[in-house]
Amino acid sequence: MLKSVFQDTHVQSLMIQERSCVYNILINLMESRQQELKGLGSDFVFGFVQSMDGERDPRNLLLAFQIAQKIIVGGYEMGKFTEELFEVTSCYFPIDFTPPPNDPHGITQEDLILSLRAVLTGTPLFAEFLMPLIIEKLDSDVQSAKVDSLQTLAACGPVYGHKELSQFLSGLWSSLRREVFQTSSERVEAAALSALTSLTACLSRSIITSDSDDALHTLLQLVLTDCQHHLLEPDLKLVWPSAKILQAVAGASYRAHLRVGTAVMPLLLEQYINRTQSTQRRTLLEVLQGFVQPSEASRPAEGEECVLLPFQSSLCSVVFSALTETGAGLQITATRILSALGQQTGVLTPHDVELAVDHLTTLILQEDDPQVSGAVVECCGSLAPRHPAAFTSRMLPKLKECIFTERMVQGDSVAPAELGSHNAVRQRCVTALARVACERSLVQESSPVLLDVLTAAHTGRDSFSVDEVISVCHSLQRIAEHAPHMEAEIGQFFHDVIIPRLLGLAVQAVVQDEGSCGRSPLAEEAVLSVVAPVISSSCSRLNADCAASSASRVVSLFLHGDVAFLPPTNIPLLKTPFLQVSQLVCLLTACVCSLPQSVEIPEIDRLLEELEEVSCTHTHSFTHTSAAKCYAGLINKRPSGPALDTALERSVKRASAELDNSASCLRTQALTLLLWVTKGLLLRYHPLSSALTDKLFSLLSDRSLGPLVADGFALLMSDSPDVLNRGCHADVRIMYRQLFFSENSAKLVQGFNSAPPEEKAGYLKALSHIMNNLPRQVQLTELPALLPLFLEALSCPDGGVQLSTLSCLQPVLLDPPAPLTNQMEALIPRLLTLTTSPAMKVRIAALRCIHSLSRLPDHMMLPFRARVLRALAAPLDDKKRLVRKEAVQARGEWFLLGSPGR
Amino acid sequence: MCSININDPEHPLSLEELNVLEQVRVRVNDQENAVSVEFTPTIPHCSMATLIGLSIKVKLLRSLPDRFKIDVHITPGTHASEEAVNKQLADKERVAAALENAQLLEVVNQCLTSKTV
Repeated sequence: MLKSVFQDTHVQSLMIQERSCVYNILINLMESRQQELKGLGSDFVFGFVQSMDGERDPRNLLLAFQIAQKIIVGGYEMGKFTEELFEVTSCYFPIDFTPPPNDPHGITQEDLILSLRAVLTGTPLFAEFLMPLIIEKLDSDVQSAKVDSLQTLAACGPVYGHKELSQFLSGLWSSLRREVFQTSSERVEAAALSALTSLTACLSRSIITSDSDDALHTLLQLVLTDCQHHLLEPDLKLVWPSAKILQAVAGASYRAHLRVGTAVMPLLLEQYINRTQSTQRRTLLEVLQGFVQPSEASRPAEGEECVLLPFQSSLCSVVFSALTETGAGLQITATRILSALGQQTGVLTPHDVELAVDHLTTLILQEDDPQVSGAVVECCGSLAPRHPAAFTSRMLPKLKECIFTERMVQGDSVAPAELGSHNAVRQRCVTALARVACERSLVQESSPVLLDVLTAAHTGRDSFSVDEVISVCHSLQRIAEHAPHMEAEIGQFFHDVIIPRLLGLAVQAVVQDEGSCGRSPLAEEAVLSVVAPVISSSCSRLNADCAASSASRVVSLFLHGDVAFLPPTNIPLLKTPFLQVSQLVCLLTACVCSLPQSVEIPEIDRLLEELEEVSCTHTHSFTHTSAAKCYAGLINKRPSGPALDTALERSVKRASAELDNSASCLRTQALTLLLWVTKGLLLRYHPLSSALTDKLFSLLSDRSLGPLVADGFALLMSDSPDVLNRGCHADVRIMYRQLFFSENSAKLVQGFNSAPPEEKAGYLKALSHIMNNLPRQVQLTELPALLPLFLEALSCPDGGVQLSTLSCLQPVLLDPPAPLTNQMEALIPRLLTLTTSPAMKVRIAALRCIHSLSRLPDHMMLPFRARVLRALAAPLDDKKRLVRKEAVQARGEWFLLGSPGR
Repeated sequence: MCSININDPEHPLSLEELNVLEQVRVRVNDQENAVSVEFTPTIPHCSMATLIGLSIKVKLLRSLPDRFKIDVHITPGTHASEEAVNKQLADKERVAAALENAQLLEVVNQCLTSKTV
């Protein structure tokens, strides 16, 4: 059959469809009758070459390239027609194709490029033809041709061997070198460097016979000869291109890294020592950095020596000297190099490690540039896990001493600047302590120091400010989150030492009388809010035993005033514990609501009763909200059954009664409890959540509570950081938001439609809160039905509704579905009006939406262009800089709409 | 004053990165509605000087409220034909006519296209 196709039909004289037919026939045959086709030998290839010669249609080209790929990969014999096959495909290289507008097939230039590339680079047999072609095309002025050639060259690497490349090495090298040294574009430079890496990797893989040249050696020789000397030039002009080339080559394989490293490192180190100018040293150090960290491909294998070992001592001395210089750039690069050295075994001797730690400690204590101290802390964090002993013995004692050094306070005569800098040093020490605590012994040494700060703050000694206390708590939290808790000992340490001390301090703070020192900072709401996450993070990671023990201790503290597990102090026995320490409910929440579901909370029913009481009656907002959260956190995990139902029935009845009584002054408390309970239940798909949601809807029309309820929907739908999230092992079912939306959106729309005008805002707010938290896909599918509501929302006078609608709309506008594009005439004027709204955030959000619209197809947006440009002139003169900035960006994009050169 | 992000027509870096535009050479007088920008071509015979100046002027025209008078000129002593270029840039009619030239507008727009998509 094929013979007749090839002999009797002149394929290229057929119409497009018919040619496609022929190609498809070939493809099918190749799949089903491979043996027979291969039996035809190279005649098959010849026949195909003739059929394809001169093909112009892009779809057919893709088919033809596919056939060519199959020929190459499938092992068909090409014989004497190899060059013909190459010619007939390579004549299209490099591809220059602009898809026609409204192309129904959606073929892009990229598709064609990739398909052709797979053909050209598919077999080493093409090498002798492809390499000269690439070298020729690299000379082209057209940037995309250069990039295509370079990327094709890079794609050859994995397929070819040294035999194919060795004769072309010098030609390829001079072109590649030119592209990097005289680059006019980052894209070309990057493509050239990756082509170089690919080539080097290919040559590194080749197995050499005893009589052939080592092609890798040849290439590296070429590269080093041309690049090495630039590293020595007095003004370091071409240092960067040379360095990039050398780094690209070194990153290709261990062999290359070894050869390049051996040649280059001594030069760089010597240069650094000889040059004293700070900017030159910085350049050299940054170049050095690129050679210090091995890439994936060039990492030494088992038994292979690290490339840096021979230069180990001079490297270290250069790095240490750079750390003591005054240039920020130098110091930062030095810390990064130090981190990289620390990661490779054997490069830092124990003595070097000690020196490094001493340098880092000095920098922490003395260097106040924020970028440098950030880099120093990073470095500490990366070195500490590998060399904990050095840090424990040398750094921690000095940091501790610094934190607790008494300032010379003589009345009011301490200069504010001095005070400020001392505080800054203390802050840096605290941050460093947290960062190095990523290994068991370090945690055990550094966290007591932080706890001592809290104790000192509590007793009024050393005058630590509330801000400092808060930052110490942040540091403790960081340790809790990042320390590898898989190590049982760290978890044990948290359970035995850290949590009891924190709780002990807090209890003392609220129970003691306000003595002569005034109120302890540990009783402040701001501080308790940051202590809670520490407890929560650590409790959520405890093993089963510690978790159970923590639960029973904490419950016993709150219900019975049992202070036995706290560090010894003279806290009087609590008579009515729950009420006395009710401020600390947030800490109770942090503990019992963060434990895995398998842990049983002792006396849970009594606990729930007490929590209900506090949440419904306490007047302090922080306290009653924390109690509501705790309640919700517990019932979310409580197994279903009569006990859970009883508790729920009781609390819901109580809250509802309070809410229905419009004269009550505890309605806010009841609402808070209702909201949190609803959230806790809807996360676990509990059936009661529907009834509670309906109750909330009905409250949208309540005069005093309506706005609070509308905002409450944000609470229901968004992720809460402290309870009822997956980190706290809460029962969170997948897609609960979508379920909530699909069950309730109709009710909301109906409620909106039937509500009097002054209440519509509440429904809109609720709706936009819900929409904002849905995954984008769902937003897009639900948008059409809700569009009229959104448009209405944009005209609603309430700023909160406007803002949440705008933030909901903006991502959708980047790729709007059809229903929205039909409504542009209604949407755009409303957006333009909002750009002059009294609220800054609304103006900014509206401008961002208009900016997004500029990305839509020209033919859709052009009718609005003049109007938009005119309207955006006003926000250019807005009194707020942030608004002006958005206006400039938006207006600039609209100017470019439909203009040539966009 | 917003920071300008204009692409050099021949180079991948922006004018700010090339020090063609420096913040110190930009003067804004809000009360008197005047903005003055001095730019320094990279070499004294830079053939792109007029184009760069035009791009700066267009960017300012599109980004500033109407009330501002905009003056764009070459840093004195840095270009061989600075008088001629400054004269062109100051002439409103010539600027408007230039922007009606589609090819010229295309190049200017390319310089002003933001890289962040």
